[in-house]
Formats: sequence, structure tokens, C-alpha cells
Amino acid sequence: MATYADTAHADHGQKQTFFQRWFLSTNHKDIGTLYLIFSLVMFFVGGSMALVIRAELFQPGLQLVDPAFFNQMTTMHALVMIFGAVMPAFVGLANWMVPLMIGAPDMALPRMNNWSFWIMPFAFALLLMPLVLYFFGIGGGGPAGGWTLYPPLSLQGGSNVAFTIFAIHLMGISSIMGAINIIATILNMRAPGMDLLKMPIFVWTWLITAFLLIAVMPVLAGAVTMLLTDKFFGTSFFSAAGGGDPVLYQHVFWFFGHPEVYIMILPAFGIVSEIIPTFARKPLFGYQAMVYATASIAFLSFIVWAHHMFTVGMPLGAELYFMYATMLIAIPTGVKVFNWVTTMWRGSMTFETPMLFALGFVVMFTIGGFSGLMLAMVPADYQYHDTYFVVAHFHYVLVTGSVFGIMAGVYYWLPKWTGHYYNETLGKIHFWGSTIFVNLLFFPQHFLGLAGMPRRIPDYNVAFADFNMFSSIGGFGFGFMQLLFVYIVWQAARSGAKAPDRVWEGARGLEWTVPSPAPHHTFTKPPTISDEDLAHGDVAR
Amino acid sequence: MKIARPVHAIAGLLAALAAAAASAVGQPERWQLNMTEGVTITAERAYDMHMIMLWICVAIGIVVFGAMAIAIFKFRKSKGAVPDRTFVHSTKLEILWTAVPTLILVVMAVPATIKVIDAYNTQGHEMTVKIVGQQWLWTYEYVGEDVKFTSRLDRASDRMRQSGQVPTLSGDPNYLIDVDRRLVLPTDTKIRFIITADDVIHAWWVPALGWKSDAIPGIINEQWAEIREPGIYRGQCAELCGKDHGFMPIVVEAVPREEFQRQLAAMKAENDTAARTASAAPATAAPQG
Repeated sequence: MATYADTAHADHGQKQTFFQRWFLSTNHKDIGTLYLIFSLVMFFVGGSMALVIRAELFQPGLQLVDPAFFNQMTTMHALVMIFGAVMPAFVGLANWMVPLMIGAPDMALPRMNNWSFWIMPFAFALLLMPLVLYFFGIGGGGPAGGWTLYPPLSLQGGSNVAFTIFAIHLMGISSIMGAINIIATILNMRAPGMDLLKMPIFVWTWLITAFLLIAVMPVLAGAVTMLLTDKFFGTSFFSAAGGGDPVLYQHVFWFFGHPEVYIMILPAFGIVSEIIPTFARKPLFGYQAMVYATASIAFLSFIVWAHHMFTVGMPLGAELYFMYATMLIAIPTGVKVFNWVTTMWRGSMTFETPMLFALGFVVMFTIGGFSGLMLAMVPADYQYHDTYFVVAHFHYVLVTGSVFGIMAGVYYWLPKWTGHYYNETLGKIHFWGSTIFVNLLFFPQHFLGLAGMPRRIPDYNVAFADFNMFSSIGGFGFGFMQLLFVYIVWQAARSGAKAPDRVWEGARGLEWTVPSPAPHHTFTKPPTISDEDLAHGDVAR
Repeated sequence: MKIARPVHAIAGLLAALAAAAASAVGQPERWQLNMTEGVTITAERAYDMHMIMLWICVAIGIVVFGAMAIAIFKFRKSKGAVPDRTFVHSTKLEILWTAVPTLILVVMAVPATIKVIDAYNTQGHEMTVKIVGQQWLWTYEYVGEDVKFTSRLDRASDRMRQSGQVPTLSGDPNYLIDVDRRLVLPTDTKIRFIITADDVIHAWWVPALGWKSDAIPGIINEQWAEIREPGIYRGQCAELCGKDHGFMPIVVEAVPREEFQRQLAAMKAENDTAARTASAAPATAAPQG
């Protein structure tokens, strides 16, 4: 039986001021909260950019913004959502939950943890500054060459190139430090009895994600530094006129970019793998297979990058190789989906909001997986590439995949964080509203792409008008549903039914052995744990 | 009669979808749901590959989502389901759902490989067209014929996009997919395209031809097409290339071989006249536009 002790020493006998608590904090829970709030703010910043895009595309013709500003919006939307919303949300969840799940008192490197977070606001101030200054009539606006920053186009920007690149450097430093911290915590701070193959899947997926981050963030930093010197110091890494190669950038970028997409989905796999067993009241099916599948996906993610580049004119052998390697990813991903479905099989399911988001994740992520498999096929990709079909694909995996995974995790652990249940009825309204609108938003984009609408265009032929209008209505609906999410979280933080230690009837794992809300310090003495306390203690043989 | 009505409704919907799917190949259609079958073997292969993949995914989807739906309806606590906490591992199942997807992937890979290898075979081409992307127009050259011209967004689309008004299908069905000068190509001729760019990366894409190819400064890409049907085929730049990326359309006019030879001769003659006029009057200022 896990025991929880030492709540009395929680505040070290001294009261922290607001500044001390939220700016100087080295506490994993407070830093987790900071990450989550930051990510929520960025979710709305990036979301409002998406709404500018969808408003312009509501009808054919150019009514609201000029094409140059439209390109800034698509570029900034992606950068803010990827680096500001999705990645920090997962780091926030890791900060909160990894120590609680492995029975550690805090992260292994608490001061570095503080620093990793506090780099982020500065990085985003830098990233967003050209755009903000533009509204005051200063400068030419933010980067407009797409989030991939392909040269030579990205180098046509003005000083925003330097702002963007330095912001990316800062985000990279933050991510790498966060990743080092998570690896150090997981490998060194597990409570006695918490063997690697008894760890919760969320911890496993984050361990693997952290290695991906350490491996690829420096690659991105290198690629953008070469852009920087090409732009400001007269080098020609990517300039054909100086003997360089624009395609080289794409290879280096996607060597980062493809693992990056798994960085944004593996922790969501972990969250869903925690939630489905809880609400099916049955341990995760094929725990070890899940761990190995995650590791296989991570490995494969390093050797498939050029499937983003099938139309750059690679040799035949390269096209075939990258097609086959990409198809292979379907196997471990399939294993995961089959395991989730089988976990539900012969379970005893209830459908609280976290479970609804998790089930929505499984269905809609799989749809995104299907279109991903279609995109892997070179002959068909000659048509799909750079159309709205691709836009539909990656929003299915990123919004109904990663973002739904994050939402599921927030609803799942919110009572543990705040000590209160959220309003279940509102939670369900939030789920169904989001699901309906998000499909109205992204499903018609498949049709647009197949009919021939390229991505990143501010205006389109009238034949595309109908589905674009559906998509924009879905976009605004989905956006406004997220205000409800904020209200639900705010309400749960302030009031709501008192949550017990074990918030959910079927929940297993050490995080459910500490009080709700979790006290400032937990597991100051390692808990004595037995296999029955662990979600996977009795399945990992 | 209660059953008949939904059946009618579904049949009607399917008919409407079929009509929408069987779209004209030359340009996008309203409510178009599916990829064009195009007018080249490459486009046909892309369409076939797409449909193979689509139906395999639909089949897998039915199995997976079906199993999930059954689980959701059958194994719910409100129906008194008791969890079987011992059902957590099965080597048989795990081998099965690793092996079966592998086989399905092999089934997909075979046609895909054949199609890609064939797409790379530019041998036996009868003519070459050079395509150069620039911000924001295309330059075409019939290589060896000394005929070169530019092709950019047509005036009507340009006026409309700057007016801030909402274009309509009845007003201009070719809004943003029309050019001032079309690329004329012969049918039933294996044409090689060599594609590059002057400034930034563009991508030349006409869906009816079945491929897109990036136009990259400093790099020459190669593609080919053998157009089966005369007609007008429209496309757009497919790689973000700056503020007017959405405004550099592509229009190919495919005509029978004899007609093409006639038009090419006319273009050459026009070219010669222009050259002669230019050399005859070197002192006069170059005409604008």
C-alpha cells in the first residue's frame, strides 16, 4: 500500500509571496501550472490567427487582409501552435505528472526547470514582436515564408528573419533543458519498486519523446543558424547562386521536422493509454507491446524525413526508400490502436469527459493516420502534395490528435490539481461541440485538396467556395467552444464538487495515492509501493 | 413506406456524390469530392493509387471502428458489464495484428513501386518544354524552337481580386485559374518538361496531368506527360512563393498534333517579326508591358 506522509512540512514553515511562488519557483507543480497557462494563452493567440485565416477564406475574393499579411498569419499560426501551444502543454503535463507517477519529490533539476520555463515568454516575445510592431507601423511584419522557413523565400523577409531565428534558438534551448530534466528525473528518481517496465505509459512516452527532443532540436538550431548566416553574413549554404543548395535546407529541416511531429503525438499516446484503462476499469492491453511500439515509432521517425519532399526531384531510389520506410510506421501505430480497442474489449466502460476525448482521439487520430498512409504513396502524393488534403491530414493528427489528447489529460488530472471536479455536463458539451465543429472544419478540406486547392493561398477559385465556407463555420465554432473550456477549468479551480484522492473509480497509479489537490510537496519520502498500486504492476511480466 | 424513404434518400445522395465525383477533368468543379482521373497515364495512376488506398483505409476503418463501436455499446458499466482484468495480453492477437498490416502494406507497395518507376521514365520523348517559375508568373520555352513567352494571371481575375468583391461562379468560373497566355501542347506526344525557377521555389501543378514538380532555383527537375485528350487544363502554383503565391495560375491547352504544329509555326513567325522590328529600331524605347 502506498502511503502518503509529511504534508505538514509542505510550506517549510514560511509563506511565499506571489512573486516568489510564481517567478522563482522550482516546484514541479507550480512550473507545470505555468507551462499549462502559457500554452493555453498561446493556444488562443495561435487560434485567433487561424480565425483570421478562416475569415479571409470564408468567401472567395480578398475582403479582409492582404496576401502578404495572410502569409504572416499562416506562418505565425503554425509556429505559435507548434512551439507555443502543443509542446509546452506536454512539458507542463510532464512536469506535473511524471514526479507524481514515479513517486519522486520533484524534478531532478529544479532550477533548470525554472529556467526552461522562463525562457519561453522571452522566446515568444521575440517571435511575436515583428507582428506586434507592424500594428504600430514599425517594420514589415512577421515572417511570411511558411513555418518551415524554406529558403530562398524565407530570406526575403527583413529583420523578422533574425527575430524568428533567435526565438527558435531560445525555444530549442528551453526544450532541450526540459528534455534533459525529464530524462534525469525518470532514470534517477523512481521510487523503489518502480521498475522501468512498470512505469505508467505516459512516463514511457515522455522518456522516449525527451530523447527525440535532444536529438533533433540541435538540428533545427543548426539549420536556422545557416539561414541566419546566409541572410546576414554572406554565406551561401542554401543559395544556388553562391554554390549552395536550397534542397539541402529541406533535408536538414525535415530531419528535425519529422521526429518533431512525433514529439507532438507520443505524449498524447501516453495520456490516452492512461485514460482508456481507467474508464474501461481494466489494465492496458499489451503494455509491453505499447512500449516497444512507441520506441519503434521514435526510431522510424528519424529515417522517413524526405516523404515531405517527394516533389523536389529526388532520385527514384530515394523516393522508393522513403515511401517504404514511411509505410512501416503504420505497423507500430496500428499496434497501438488495436491495443486501445482491445483494452476496451471486455471492460466496464463509463464515459466521463476525459474518456470521451480519449475515444475521440482514437477515432480521429486514426482518420489522420489513414490520410498519412495515403500521403506516403508517391504516385498519389504527386497530386496530394501541398494541397488542402495535407492540411486536413496534419490537422486531424495535431488537433483531434495532440490537442484532444491534451484536453483529455487536463480533464483527467484537473481534479487532482485543483481538488475539485469540473462540471461534467459542461465538459460533455465541450467535447461534443468541439468534435462536431472540428470535423466540419477539417473534413471538407480533404475534398478541397483532392479537387485541386493548393495550401497557403489567400484566395481561391469559386468552385472551392462551398467547402471553404463550411470549413470557416467549423473553425469559428471550434474556436468559440474553447472559451467554454477556459470557463470549465476556471470554475473547477475555484469551486466544484470535492474530489477524493482516487479521483476516478478505475484509476491506478501513484498519482492517485496523494491527496486532491496534490499538496505543494509530495513523496518527500519515497513511497512503499506494491504492484497493485501501479497501473501496470500486475500486467508487466 | 417508412423504410423506402431513407433508401431513396441514400440513393439520391449516392447519385449526387457520383455526379460530383465524375467531374470534368480540366478544372475544379463545385462540390467536387474526389481527385481527377486526368488525361495522362500518370494522372490515371495517381487516381488508381488514391482509390486503392482509400478503399483499403475504408475497410480497415470499418473493422477498427466497428470493433470499437461494439465494445462501446456492449461493455459499458451501465449495462452491468464486469471488467475481465485478466484479458491484458495475447501473443496470438499481437502476432496477428502485426502480420496482417504488414501484408496489407506489401499489397499497397507493389502497385506503388511499379507506378513510381514508370513515372521516372522520360525516355522516348518527342519534345521538351522548359518551365521557369518567377515571382509571380511562369515562363515557357519550346526548347529548340526558339519560342519563349510568359504567362501570368489574366486581367479579369486581377481586377476582381483587387476590388475586394466576392467573385461568383456565373461572373467568372475561371477566377484565379486563367492566364493571359496559355501553354499550348500537342496531344498524343510524349513531352518532357524541364522545370526550374529564378528567385524562390515554386511548384508547377496541373492536376489533369497527374503530377506536380517543384521549380527550384539552381536545380532542374524533369517530368513528362503524354496528353490523351484535347482540352484546357488548369492548375496553380503549389509551393508558397511569396505574397502572390495564390495568383500565378497555369493553363495548358492541349490540341491535336497538326494543330499544334500550325500554332507553333505561327508563334515562330510572330517571334521573327518581333525580333526584326526590335533590331530595325534599336533607338526607340522598349514598349511598356
